Amino acid sequence: MKSSRIHCGYLPLVDCAPLIIAKELTFAAEEGLDLQLMKQPSWSALRDRLAFGQIDFAHMLSPMPIAMSLGLGGVTTRVDALMVLSVNGTVIGVSADLERRMQSTGWRNNFSSPEATSEALFCATTQPLRIGVPFPFSMHRMLLETWLSQAPRYRPEQIEIVTVPPPRMADAVRSGALDIFCVGEPWGTVAVQQSGAAMILPGSRIWEFAPEKVLGVRHQWAAENSATCAAMIRALSKAAQWLDQPENTPLAVSILARSQHLDLPEHAIDPALTQRLTTRLGQSPRQTDRFLQFYQGAANFPWLSQASWIAAFLSRWHGLDHAAARATARACFRTDLYRDALAPLGVNLPLASQKPEGAMHQPSAIPSTTGEMILGPDGFFSGAVFNFPAENSPKN
Amino acid sequence: MVEADHAKAQDILEALKEGGWTTATVIASAAALERTLTQQDPDIILIDLANPDRDTLEHLCFVSNARNRPVAMFVDQTDNAMTQAAISAGLSAYVVNGLQKDRIKPVLETAIARFSMIAKMQSELEAAKQALADRKTIDRAKGLLISARNISEDEAYSLLRKTAMDQGRKVIDVAAALVTAADLLQ
Repeated sequence: MKSSRIHCGYLPLVDCAPLIIAKELTFAAEEGLDLQLMKQPSWSALRDRLAFGQIDFAHMLSPMPIAMSLGLGGVTTRVDALMVLSVNGTVIGVSADLERRMQSTGWRNNFSSPEATSEALFCATTQPLRIGVPFPFSMHRMLLETWLSQAPRYRPEQIEIVTVPPPRMADAVRSGALDIFCVGEPWGTVAVQQSGAAMILPGSRIWEFAPEKVLGVRHQWAAENSATCAAMIRALSKAAQWLDQPENTPLAVSILARSQHLDLPEHAIDPALTQRLTTRLGQSPRQTDRFLQFYQGAANFPWLSQASWIAAFLSRWHGLDHAAARATARACFRTDLYRDALAPLGVNLPLASQKPEGAMHQPSAIPSTTGEMILGPDGFFSGAVFNFPAENSPKN
Repeated sequence: MVEADHAKAQDILEALKEGGWTTATVIASAAALERTLTQQDPDIILIDLANPDRDTLEHLCFVSNARNRPVAMFVDQTDNAMTQAAISAGLSAYVVNGLQKDRIKPVLETAIARFSMIAKMQSELEAAKQALADRKTIDRAKGLLISARNISEDEAYSLLRKTAMDQGRKVIDVAAALVTAADLLQ
């Protein structure tokens, strides 16, 4: 069989693991794909190269396809998310100086208390807090806003969100340019090791099931290359399943460190995959369950309700019509293509394509194509539940 | 212009000055860009398409309340040929004060030409480096075959080439696999 050469852009983060595993363990080749991984210097560059057809697929922040389809940033291009590549995986940290001031309010870091931690943050300072995120259209920024806006002492003018490329996050914290950051691994670990920063909260304590990265593709290209898209979904689904088996973790760390795609040492990759994070220099690692998920709990399913949740932020930030933005977002999350690609493999899929976001505080059984499947938890720290209208998404 | 590479920045500045734009300045990083924008009040910002600072610049386009909010040139696709030329040259441009199109065009044309030239030189340099690295890998693979199978250098190369042809792969890929395997077995 002649394999078709495809180009997939990615940023060198631990959560691009499904792409590297799909290539290195030949899940892609078995689907007839000659997968070329193209490292990108920034999210903007990745976005532009996808829009202009220089890459076919892209490892994207989950809000990016929706932002592009809504015409926010770069050239307005309809971009679809074929699947979720990873759930959770971000970490919030503070500078050594801010940590000291937070401790002086009596706060103790247990890496698990959103309310007490935001209270300490706002008590520790009278100046606006400068918070670094990797990109304006990121789950990082949405999680931060979800978290901080619930604090009793929160006022919008008390925070200033800025974009800092993740490899520079550690420097920005050390130089005092940033007080707080929210970033994906390995850059949180690097900030702890190089800048004396302290991790104060995993993103998963704000939302237990946040879609972090998705597989993006131009809408038009997907229509013209449906077999290739289906093959890519299958290859990545198998890679994700392989990654989420705990016995494979040591080998996964070793493959990611050895491959030329990441250029990161094992000790930078290990914490995210083993879910054991060192939150402060000199302390022993903390077990952080569900820190980063690739497959379990239907992690790859592009829930329409996740798209709706993201659209609510984008329409609020940019003054767009809520219902129209939500309809565009739901059309981006291609549950139809995802189902068509995986049904032949007998993969267990949920019967519904949307769910109340935040309703499951425990793992829960839901109806699925083979009977039932276990999802969740997907709760928000505040207990909020988002029920979005179940309108039909426009014809894709 | 945002550019950390001093030599490259000077090169482009010179080209712009020759074109009559004498008020161009360079900053090494976009870290202090918001402040710089206020102080220098530029009409247009030029930045390498691959510069990680672009994400910071994008943030200013969408989030900041700055009076002078930059707008990416791609957004205005009326001149598609120019946009494509800029992208293949690896240049991105952000217009700040709603600068008139007839004034943007010559600045961009100059910058695109210079960016293309620099990019071409860099890719030639990289191709030369890659060829050298490939040569070394193939030599190592030949060496491994010579000592393991007691054959001549020509026979070792023929074996690599035949294996590559049989498997539909490149000689360098077969050689690299052999070298990696040998390293692992050591």
